[in-house]
Amino acid sequence: METRLTISPDSIVYWQSGPIVLNATIVFTWVVMAMLVIGSWLITRNLTTAPRITRWQNLLEIVVSYIREQIREITRQNPDPYLAFLGTLFLFIALSNLLVIVPEFQPPTGSLNTTAALALAVFLAVPIFGIASRGVVGYLKEYTRPSIFMLPFNIIGEFSRTIALAVRLFGNMMSGTLIGALLLAFVPLFVPVVMNLFALLIGMIQAYIFAVLATVYIGSATRTRKMEEREHALEEREERVRETVSSEDEEREESMDREERRSRETETEEREEREHEESHKER
Amino acid sequence: MDNVGLVAIVSIFTAGFTIAIGSIGPAVGEGLAVARALAAIAQQPDESGTISRTLFVGLAMVESTAIYCLVVAIIIIFANPFWSSVLQRAGG
Repeated sequence: METRLTISPDSIVYWQSGPIVLNATIVFTWVVMAMLVIGSWLITRNLTTAPRITRWQNLLEIVVSYIREQIREITRQNPDPYLAFLGTLFLFIALSNLLVIVPEFQPPTGSLNTTAALALAVFLAVPIFGIASRGVVGYLKEYTRPSIFMLPFNIIGEFSRTIALAVRLFGNMMSGTLIGALLLAFVPLFVPVVMNLFALLIGMIQAYIFAVLATVYIGSATRTRKMEEREHALEEREERVRETVSSEDEEREESMDREERRSRETETEEREEREHEESHKER
Repeated sequence: MDNVGLVAIVSIFTAGFTIAIGSIGPAVGEGLAVARALAAIAQQPDESGTISRTLFVGLAMVESTAIYCLVVAIIIIFANPFWSSVLQRAGG
């Protein structure tokens, strides 16, 4: 049995002519793209809003609405401008990590080229979305927050987090496939199955992490000053409402306590009077 | 000791040490993070969704350093850049 013990699917070449190389990375990227595009086209051919929808349309609706809600929660803005980019990112990485279960499938995210390309896409998308929502000056001013001395650190941070995105995804997927292939040579039958399950779990988590980090970066770049002030005002108003409500509750409790005490006092007074009378009667 | 043997010894040793030392820090950090997240969930069970999500994102960030070390170790073992050149020089 031939096990592909390579560090990346780039070295598995199917066809080559001159500078054009058709390696496993490209072929399996095409496979994932085809599955996503053709699957979605087949399902969305007859979209209906009738009460009965096909289960495939139901599946797509669940996926899209869940991604939308996550983006809205994380960025706290309208998620529609970012849904296409971030949704595609998540679906591509998740599907390519999920298909590891299929034998002979080399995940394209196991190659540093693919992950670097995806990280580069995020690196370019952040200023594009930021400038679209705040303008060039507004976006560039973000680099001088909280102070102008942080400017080199912010710039270095941009580059380093892009590299971190690429290497994190690549490292996780490459180690998963490599350990699976290695164990298949030494301990066949049970241990590779467990490692494959683990690689599957890690793959889905990494897809989620990649998309969430991209969302956080884009969200922090597009959050405008006005929105921050509005959020501040909302929080302050909520606090004031909570204070007044709690102070009203306290007043009500105090008045209730006073009434209770008064009623208890009158009760004891009456009881004492009655005892007095009885003692008087006895005498 | 000839060059080939020296490169082999140092590569193997370095690869083992890289991943051994490189995974201590992230493991300790992740343990602390999970402990604090559990305490937070115990304090506010309503927010467990947000807390879990933030925990996973934080764990992935912390894991990155361990992944860097793993990548370096795997490159040294499987795609050693000095191996082929030193073999060439020894053979030729």
